Parts: sequence; structure tokens; C-alpha cells
Amino acid sequence: MSEYWNDVIGGSKSLLIGLSITAREFFKPVVTEQYPWVVPEMTERFRGHIELIKDEKTGKPKCIVCGMCMRGCPSGCISLAGKKPEGEKKKALTKYHLDFTTCSLCGTCIESCNFGAIQFSKDYNLASTRKEDYIFDLLKRLEEQG
Amino acid sequence: MDTSIWRPILYLIGFMAFAGLNAAYLGWCERKGAGRIQRRTGPMEVGFQGLLQPLADGLKLMSKQLLVPTGVDGILFRVAPILAMIPALTSFAVIPFAGNIQARSVELSVLLLFALASIAMMAILLGGWASGNKYAVISAARSVSQNLAYEIPMLVTVITVVMITGSMNLQDIAVHQQGGFWHWNIFALNKSILMPISFIIFFICSIAETNRAPFDMAEAESELVAGFMTEYGSMGFGLFMMGEYLNMVVGACLVTILFLGGWDCPFGLFPGVWWFLLKIYILLFTVIWVRWTFPRTQIYKLLNLSWKILIPFSLVNLLVTAAFIKIF
Repeated sequence: MSEYWNDVIGGSKSLLIGLSITAREFFKPVVTEQYPWVVPEMTERFRGHIELIKDEKTGKPKCIVCGMCMRGCPSGCISLAGKKPEGEKKKALTKYHLDFTTCSLCGTCIESCNFGAIQFSKDYNLASTRKEDYIFDLLKRLEEQG
Repeated sequence: MDTSIWRPILYLIGFMAFAGLNAAYLGWCERKGAGRIQRRTGPMEVGFQGLLQPLADGLKLMSKQLLVPTGVDGILFRVAPILAMIPALTSFAVIPFAGNIQARSVELSVLLLFALASIAMMAILLGGWASGNKYAVISAARSVSQNLAYEIPMLVTVITVVMITGSMNLQDIAVHQQGGFWHWNIFALNKSILMPISFIIFFICSIAETNRAPFDMAEAESELVAGFMTEYGSMGFGLFMMGEYLNMVVGACLVTILFLGGWDCPFGLFPGVWWFLLKIYILLFTVIWVRWTFPRTQIYKLLNLSWKILIPFSLVNLLVTAAFIKIF
């Protein structure tokens, strides 16, 4: 008989504890982000596809076309080219393509770059139905960013 | 009583509007409430704060075809959702919202309401049986055993209230409790010291009667797909949903009238129908709150709760009330 009463009283108590927990949760702020309307900021160490860094002084990419990233990439998804303009000493970048379909975001390209010319972007809106959309022209992207 | 033709027409329109709005917007409240409890926002896209969501859902359901699968009992299959909705709508005819807002003051309105509630159970049984689907049949059988088990403590508790007030007319029961919250049946400790407990018993039973979580044995998603509603789409499903919400409203109205003094205001402030509405919406919020707090238990534990705890307690309360009435 005492077991029965323990069951009734203990059970009622635990039900009340459950209700109080949900009541507390009810008045806490919501954690949902209204994604398409409110775009969340990505964390500092988020790894998007790589992007070129601009040299603030000249307004051109920092890249010196050494090709270390291209050689370092284990999946061979970077292809770049450059040529020396008339009267200049350094090569200038003319093409920098990233084939994102095979990239595994390992970051070897960024580690192998001695000039700090590439970094992970915070770009994550990458949905598409065509494979060709994932071959990024990073030089054009940098120009578009202004 | 006024016998003008406008009276039934006005009440019909009024109650239809009240019932329709409640059936639609309790769904919205439920989703918002569930969202808040789980720290989400609930519907947000259609209209301000998702206020037009029930309308969009309704339009979507109405635009779909009512599919009748082969191998079902055609007539019963079509009748079941209507049977789920109509008794709940009819119940509003005898519910007194305030002293002068009631369609018909029937002498045995308590009995009528419980008779109508049993028809809603029939709807689930017929819907499940006619579907010709094993999940639906299991669900129907469960629902019947559950409703049977929970109707007994509910009716025994009602008998206590009827003994206290000496009437089966909802209007009389509500009038009997007028004049401040110490007259309400829930606090009528001079009639029976167990009245608060019988209020809790009645409230639990009214949740169980509407087949809502944690008593949703009939539509246990995890093992029975959607139970008796598995084969229903379109407005057939819509009617079952609306019927469920309307039964919730009827249950809340009954609890308010039988235990919380109907439209009586606790301290005699601003008398009017809004006290009745306030009480039923607090109860409805509690029902939603309970649903999103407790998980479903197994069917035999559910029946244990009724047969081993609720029925003995309600019977004891019946005896205590009888003794109190005899002695004092």
C-alpha cells in the first residue's frame, strides 16, 4: 500500500517538475535565426572556399604567381597563370580558377602560401544545380568585391 | 424564453464563427506554444507572426482531392470525419457562456454533452474500422479502451458536482457558484474536502477524452503512423483536426462551468463573458503546455492510471461528498 502512495505522490511531484521546466523554457528567448531574412555571421574559423586577398596599397591581389598553392593542392583543383606586364619587375596574376567540386577544404594551399595571399572565405550560400557553377574564377570575384 | 426566429439564426452564426475561429486558431496557438517551449518561433512566414497560417493550411487542404482508397468502406469512411466534427459543434448549443448568452438552457445538458462526447469516440472507431488499414484498426481499438477507462472517473466526478448543486443543467450549476471564487466548486471544501483533487481528475480525463498527448494512444506516430487518420487526406483529415480542437474547447468549457464558476469573476470585478473566455483560454493553454511537456506512455500504464488511481480517488470523493451532504 505504501508503494501505491509513493507512486501517486512521487508521480505527481515529478509531473509538476516537468511542467515547471517547460514553463521556464517558454519565457526564455528563442534561438531560431530567420535564415533568408536574417543572415547569420559565420564564425572566425569557418572554412568556406578559398579567396584571394587584395593588397591594400596597390589594389591588386597579393599573389605573386609562384604556384606553390597549385603544387601543394592534393586534389589539383587550383589552376593559375600570370605574366609580366611591360616595364614591371613582378609577375601579375591573370587567371586563378578553383575547381570546388574536388576541393576538400584541407587548407594546404593556404599553409603553403608564403605571401599570405589566400584565405578561407565566409561564403556558404553555394547551392546550384550545375557542376560548372563550382569552378570559381577567384580573380573575377576579387574584382567584383571591389 | 424568446421564440423569435432571429434567436436561433444569431446563435447559429455566432457559435459557428466562434467554433470555426477556435478550431483554426488553436492550431496556430498550439504551434506557437510548442515553438516557444522548444525555444523556436513557430510559424512566421504567412502574415505577421504567421497569423494567416491557419487560412493557408485550410486552403491547401480544401484544394486537395479527398482520396478514397480501394478496399475501404466508402460510406463509413466519408461519414467518420463529419461525425468527429458535428457533436463538438452541437455541444455549443447548450454551453452557457454567460448568464444570458446561451442557445438553449436544456434541463439535462450535462448528460447531453457526455452523450455527444461519446459520439466523437464513435467517429474514431468508425474512421479506423472503415480505413481497412491494420494501423487504423489497432488505433481504433486502443482509443475505445482508453475512452471507456477515462469516461468512468469523469462521470463519477460529474455526479459529485451534480450532487452538490442538485441540478444537471449547466446554467444552474454555473449560477450556483456565483459570488466570488470561494463559491466555486473547486474550492467548495465545505461540500467535500477532496474537491481540488476531483478538479484535477476531471481535467486529466477531459484531456484523455480528446485523445491528445500524453494520452494520444490513438495516433501514436512512432508505432501507428497516424492511427485512425492514416488513410485520410484533404479536408477529411482537416475535419478530424478541427474536431479535436473543438473537443478541447468543449472540454475546457465543461471544466470551467463545473469547477471554476463559469462566467463568475473571482472578486466581483467587471462581470461579463470575458471571465468565461479567460478561464477557458487559460485551461486550453494548460492543455497545450501539458502536451509539449510529457511524453506518451505505454497503453497499459495509461489504463493503470485510470483504473488504479483516478477511479478509486473519484469514488472516494463521491462517498466523502455524500457524507458531507448528509452530515452538514
